[in-house]
Amino acid sequence: MEEIYAKFVSQKISKTRWRPVPPGSLQTAETFATGSWDNEVPALAGWENYVSLWSIGDFGNLDSDGGFEGDHQLLCDIKHHGDVMDLQERIVAASSTGCVTIFLHHPNNQTLSVGQQWARAHCHSGPGSPSCNGAPCTGVVCSNPEIVTVGEDGRINLFRADHKEAVRTIENADSSTLHAVTFLRTPEILTVNSIGQLKIWDFRQQGNEPSQILSLTGDRAPLHCVDRHPNQQHVVATGGQDGMLSIWDVRQGTMPVSLLKAHEAEMWEVHFHPSNPDHLFTCSEDGSLWHWDASTDVPEKSSLFHQGGRSSTFLSHSISNQANNVHQSIISSWLSTDPAKDRIEITSLLPSRTLSVNRGNLLILDKLTEPFELS
Amino acid sequence: FIPGVNSKKKQMCFDWGPGEMLVCETSFNKKEKSESMPGCPFIYIIRKDVDVYSQILRKLFNESHGIFVGLQRMEEELTGKSRKAQLVRVSKNYRSVIRACMEEMHQVAMAGKDPAGGRQFISQVSILSVMELIWNLCEILFIEVAPAGPLLLHLLDWVRLHVCEVDSLLADVLGGENPSKHESFWKLVTVLVLQGRLDEARHMLSKEADANPASADMCRVLGDLMRTMPVFSPGNAQTLTELELKWQHWHEECKRHLQDGTFASSPQLESLCKIMLGDEAAMLEHKERLSTWYHFLVTRLLYSDPTVKPTDLHFYAQSSLDLFLGGESSPEPLDNILMAAFEFDIHQVIKECSIALSNWWFVAHLTDLLDHCKLLQSHNLYFGSDMREFLLLEYASGLFAHHSLWQLGVDYFDHCPELGRVSLELHIERVPLSTEQKALKVLRICEQRQMTEQVRSVCKILAVKAARSNRLGAALSWSIRAKDAAFATLLSDRFLRDYCERGCFSDLDLIDNLGPAMMLSDRLTFLGKYREFHRLYGEKRFVDAASLLLSLMTSQIAPRSFWMTLLTDALPLLEQKQVRAELGVPVLCGVGVAELLCLQPSPRGSLHVSSHPLRKSSVQGRKVACSEVIFSAEQTYELMRCLEDLTSGRPVRGDPDAQQLQDDDVESTKVEMLRLALARNLARAVVREGSLGGS
Repeated sequence: MEEIYAKFVSQKISKTRWRPVPPGSLQTAETFATGSWDNEVPALAGWENYVSLWSIGDFGNLDSDGGFEGDHQLLCDIKHHGDVMDLQERIVAASSTGCVTIFLHHPNNQTLSVGQQWARAHCHSGPGSPSCNGAPCTGVVCSNPEIVTVGEDGRINLFRADHKEAVRTIENADSSTLHAVTFLRTPEILTVNSIGQLKIWDFRQQGNEPSQILSLTGDRAPLHCVDRHPNQQHVVATGGQDGMLSIWDVRQGTMPVSLLKAHEAEMWEVHFHPSNPDHLFTCSEDGSLWHWDASTDVPEKSSLFHQGGRSSTFLSHSISNQANNVHQSIISSWLSTDPAKDRIEITSLLPSRTLSVNRGNLLILDKLTEPFELS
Repeated sequence: FIPGVNSKKKQMCFDWGPGEMLVCETSFNKKEKSESMPGCPFIYIIRKDVDVYSQILRKLFNESHGIFVGLQRMEEELTGKSRKAQLVRVSKNYRSVIRACMEEMHQVAMAGKDPAGGRQFISQVSILSVMELIWNLCEILFIEVAPAGPLLLHLLDWVRLHVCEVDSLLADVLGGENPSKHESFWKLVTVLVLQGRLDEARHMLSKEADANPASADMCRVLGDLMRTMPVFSPGNAQTLTELELKWQHWHEECKRHLQDGTFASSPQLESLCKIMLGDEAAMLEHKERLSTWYHFLVTRLLYSDPTVKPTDLHFYAQSSLDLFLGGESSPEPLDNILMAAFEFDIHQVIKECSIALSNWWFVAHLTDLLDHCKLLQSHNLYFGSDMREFLLLEYASGLFAHHSLWQLGVDYFDHCPELGRVSLELHIERVPLSTEQKALKVLRICEQRQMTEQVRSVCKILAVKAARSNRLGAALSWSIRAKDAAFATLLSDRFLRDYCERGCFSDLDLIDNLGPAMMLSDRLTFLGKYREFHRLYGEKRFVDAASLLLSLMTSQIAPRSFWMTLLTDALPLLEQKQVRAELGVPVLCGVGVAELLCLQPSPRGSLHVSSHPLRKSSVQGRKVACSEVIFSAEQTYELMRCLEDLTSGRPVRGDPDAQQLQDDDVESTKVEMLRLALARNLARAVVREGSLGGS
């Protein structure tokens, strides 16, 4: 059972995120947010980037047969200054102007409004540019109530949703551009940069030095994305410019545990399935979206996909019929010493490359929900 | 077109850019725009492709891009029938995209709040519908290449698709209480007959017969005529000759009925019968119901020559046009385009379309499709490439001028064999790089096509940008990626200067991990090696550090201006022995000595020395009682030579400036100290080497 729905939206989508569902709920995620990029013309009114909220559920117009209405409908949108560089579920948007914004969704009248905004969260400063020029904020991660952002200026900011000022700022945390960030354990975060390094930062420490640096050897290929294993916090996956998927064990060594040749171009996002972490999803500039299955005994998954062309959204739900029965072995399958490729099943999820010459209007399936359908 | 610009009054200058034109006047000023300073001439940017900026048309561009790419890939694999079927499917896909776009635009126009925007949408809808009309005809004539027989069926479908008021009329009439009494009843029946929808016309007639028993007989007879009219059916095995024969019989029967005056009592029915006999005058009576000459043409063909051959089409078309217009009005661009199509003059069609339509989308895609049907080979333009490529290039340039659609343009350029690459190279360099992510996408496009020159230029732009915002590390990594030795040298110098000023290196995470990239430029190599020296020193590997330091100078990698710093760095290494000699006494060695000696009221000089980075480490080094002589005698000679080279090369000081004098004092003290240290080290080294050799 594989279905893909496509819709042209007249924007280039940079990010998509599912709205999280309350834990334990058997509902499937029905709403998701998208952010657009490269859609701003200063001279022409009406050309802006947008953060939009969409629904795939049967909001209001129930099908006659009660079936799943596949077409996604726009719930509401709001103008966003600058390209949307990253998006997190609540909805926190990172802008190419260096601004970080929390948007609030009002379900009763279906509108979005700005909740909290940090205008110059990221900027270039120095003698050359006294009037603080905004630098693109490239990544944001939230863990209630904290929000951590990273940017092209190599700065790390720690915000709290209710504070007007940054709680903590690490200036010049990195000499090159920081591309993504994720929480490791609560006070620790993990960043990846454009010279192939993973840095672990501990907010308990006062200095401006990372507590640990891990790096790719050799060609120093930039890393673009990072995600942490939901249950085993020392297991981290990163994706790089050359399309390689690297799995790291941050407890030991400064080198990746395994390097897997994956996509043909930049890997823009990597995500573990939150409840079923033997599954990993990656997407790339080459227009492909892959599903990695490291479990050996779980039979073939069935998947439901939404896919679109360049300016449309990709979303995906993964439905696992046995997700509840998966026993998490103590040693993660991702860290097996012999990461023989044949143990990891890779499924390409976008059938035709023609349509998705999408140049990285990337998708992502962020919140894969609890298994919601048996097939 | 341009508000306020009067080319007669003022002098104008203009310049073409890709997709847009710059127009400016030297002495023109307009009050409305407040953002510009008074007296300052305006520069107008005129865009060729206004359509590119429509939200809804954007979907057309995006979706058709997918079809276009698919079409290019399909290329060559298929032959014969399946290929033709493919091409027809592609053409239908294009048309359905146009239709979808039209419908959405129509909805927006209907729901629109502001009338001005609505009008604009309506006009765009009409343009789209004209496009679809032309495309459909081209599909029938050029792609499908329908032979006699099916040709007419296709043309009928074509007309039915584009003259669609009849459906709403039909619903309106049938929805009424008494259809046959409806005021538009006869209009509807006539239109149905004109469009060849005889089954529906018969149905309507039966309603009339039920309501009006007097004419029931006539209706039945006409209905029978409609039913028995022979039509070509694709699945049928009958030959065209058979069909023609049957049609002749049917025609005779119709004529007989008319001559017998069967319908004499009902003018409406008689007129219908005349139409079915192919009577042109009768058809032209319903001119407003036909609405266009091509509708008239198809109706005329249906009832007078149903097995028309493609080659005969244009005679009919020309005469239909003449008859329909009746000399009252002259043909419009659309008429010319359709006429050219009926004449099978593809180039004329494309030429007229290019002139008449406001964007390149239509001609570019249509020409490409026709080219894939192998219809355009013979034609070459005088300039550069063939017509397909010329039009695609134009279209793609338009896309590139758009802030967001430029990514689409890339694929179009890719499929222009002759000038595509050159154009892409020119355009891709001009894409504004607002964020690194966008830059990476541009880079990927260039790298996939081995456009090294462009890759370099993009990286260089990023490097310069990063350097301007004081992000030296990022700038360096970009210039390494660009393999830009000159800029790397410049940046390395800045790193070294920063080091001299602040006494510590910044961006160590990058410099420590340069790896083979270090070889890019001499200065960068020096930077990397110098940092390595500091690391070795920090790790107390003094011998390694010393030989590295020396090799930096002797191999001429180090810039001469930096030699003094290097020699000063050598001081603590030279004076290591002292630690032992004067045990227990707080010894100032190396830079420490220099600092002590230089405690003169010179802010610049003392600052320079006191902030020397090795001060700390030299204090640490002192604690290690090192009995080794670090520099061997030979190495010491080398160091001495370096020092003499440096001092002898100095210009004779003649400037009595006090500051300069003080600086020189500091400098000369340093030199003296160095000489002393070197001499002492040499002595120790000679003794040591001598004793080692002796024992």
